[in-house]
Amino acid sequence: MSSTDLPMAHGGIGNAVSDSLTMIGRSIRLTRRQVDTLFMSIILPLLMMALFVYVFGGAIDSGTEYINYVVPGIILLCTGYGASSTAMSVADDMNSGMIDRLRSMPIRSSAVLTGHVVASVTRNALSTSIVIGAAVAMGFRPNAGLTDWLLAIGLVLLYVLALSWLAAGLGAIAKSTESASTLSFFMLFIPYLSSAFVPTSTMPPVLRVVSEHQPITPIIETVRGLLTGTPIGDDGWIAPAWGAGLLVVSFTLAVRLFRRRTRR
Amino acid sequence: MMIVEVTGLRKAFGSTVVLDGIDLGVAEGSVFALLGPNGAGKTTTVRILTTLSRPDAGRVTIAGHDVVREPARVRGVISLTGQSAAVDDEQTGRENLVMIGRLMHLGRPGARRRAVELLERFDLVDAMDRRVKTYSGGMRRRLDLAMSLVATPRLIFLDEPTTGLDPASRTTMWEAIRELARTGTTIVLTTQYLEEADRLADRIMLIDGGKVAASGTADSLKAQVGGDRLDLGFDDDADLARAAGLYGGIGALADRHRLVLGIPSDGSAAHLHLVLDDLRAAGIPVARVTSHRPTLDDVFMTLTQAHRPDGRATTAAHATTTDADAITPLHAEGTLK
Repeated sequence: MSSTDLPMAHGGIGNAVSDSLTMIGRSIRLTRRQVDTLFMSIILPLLMMALFVYVFGGAIDSGTEYINYVVPGIILLCTGYGASSTAMSVADDMNSGMIDRLRSMPIRSSAVLTGHVVASVTRNALSTSIVIGAAVAMGFRPNAGLTDWLLAIGLVLLYVLALSWLAAGLGAIAKSTESASTLSFFMLFIPYLSSAFVPTSTMPPVLRVVSEHQPITPIIETVRGLLTGTPIGDDGWIAPAWGAGLLVVSFTLAVRLFRRRTRR
Repeated sequence: MMIVEVTGLRKAFGSTVVLDGIDLGVAEGSVFALLGPNGAGKTTTVRILTTLSRPDAGRVTIAGHDVVREPARVRGVISLTGQSAAVDDEQTGRENLVMIGRLMHLGRPGARRRAVELLERFDLVDAMDRRVKTYSGGMRRRLDLAMSLVATPRLIFLDEPTTGLDPASRTTMWEAIRELARTGTTIVLTTQYLEEADRLADRIMLIDGGKVAASGTADSLKAQVGGDRLDLGFDDDADLARAAGLYGGIGALADRHRLVLGIPSDGSAAHLHLVLDDLRAAGIPVARVTSHRPTLDDVFMTLTQAHRPDGRATTAAHATTTDADAITPLHAEGTLK
């Protein structure tokens, strides 16, 4: 081996993949054991669903059984909670000795972000399945075929992935776990300003413009159309475009913010 | 062979100068202690040496690799145990170690084997499948150290390895560090405790305010301070000043607030006799005498005074002790010469 060869463990795509897998395993293990966080990210959407279906639902005219209308919105609401806890986990690592340990090792320390993002997507997939199961028990009657289901799941996962990277980026710059939670607050809030719970046509004009042009509305309309057969229209391409665009932007942002935070 | 070579190291955060020209060398296989109070620049030095932070000026090489230009190579040689334990509370001790082993590409079986070896060595086998959040402070530090040793580094940095530990855990940690030194690993540690540096290190460097105050073996540093300190108490300022004149040349420290002159001593009764006889002969009445082991303050004041050109330390010390700030830990002031 010549002296220019790097006898280090960090070279090569194989090692990068292996490091990421190690950190994914770690993040999933940590998630599974933070029972209260996991519990909240499942129970809260369930409570919200019960609240909307049984309390507000009767008073909302959505032109259909309200539960059929609201389920896609609840699913997206879940993703916001999931992302918020991802931001906090990343912030935990960035503000503890863990990041220094990883950075002083001959590895790509950004594998820590990959670990949290994949754990976040997994956690969201779990909570989404539970929400859908509960919704069916509460009277949700989707009429989707297998392709529709796969498309809907794919779209939700794309959005979850994008949101998770955004959360990881916010976590990477947060000076504390608390501030990560504050920074990610808007992710919990934006689903309310969409067609998640009420048709946008019922909103005042300004709000209506906002809610029709933010990413959540086309995604919800598409998922709703795929699952319950409501018209999709242009949202069928607007939604995945938003998802892909958000993913590119949030991934780039997360990597940049991580580098900036760990710049020497 | 020098595994660490540092020349003219400088670092400032904004307008605060943290390191103001540090030079040091660490021989391979030795234990090197950076001793100094909080804010002396110990952690900043460690962060630069471990590639976490960039120097503003100066040159740092680790095993011949420049920390700025070849950080990846440096990281292949070193390991860091930082001040806050870098362990996952929600993972077990074994899982934490296996994770690091996997990151070091020992393979799954290799990582598991190495984890158990280290758990045995650090007496954590009984607790290895418990989550770290149930560990005591001492156990966490031992696990933290074990995690730094997974890849058998040539050089390990320990930033205040025993700060906050109870005396029993501290002793266990010292034993672990000594054991590590016996296996030939080079160790650079930082500490605020003279005793710790004394027990563990082959060479000690005293830093303060980002500057090297003194460096040498524990014995050579102690020889400069003397084994013990003799505190002579006086009833008035004039007596103190006259006594200080008598002993100024040998590293005595006058404290004007307490009217005490501290002088180095070998702790023997003969030396005490000699001092008292001298003072009687000079007609200076001594009110009280106490004897104690040198504290970091003593070493510190004596050595900062010793390495500076005559008079400067005295002036600086005067400036900080002209009013009633006798409660600050470093309250002794330089002697008159």
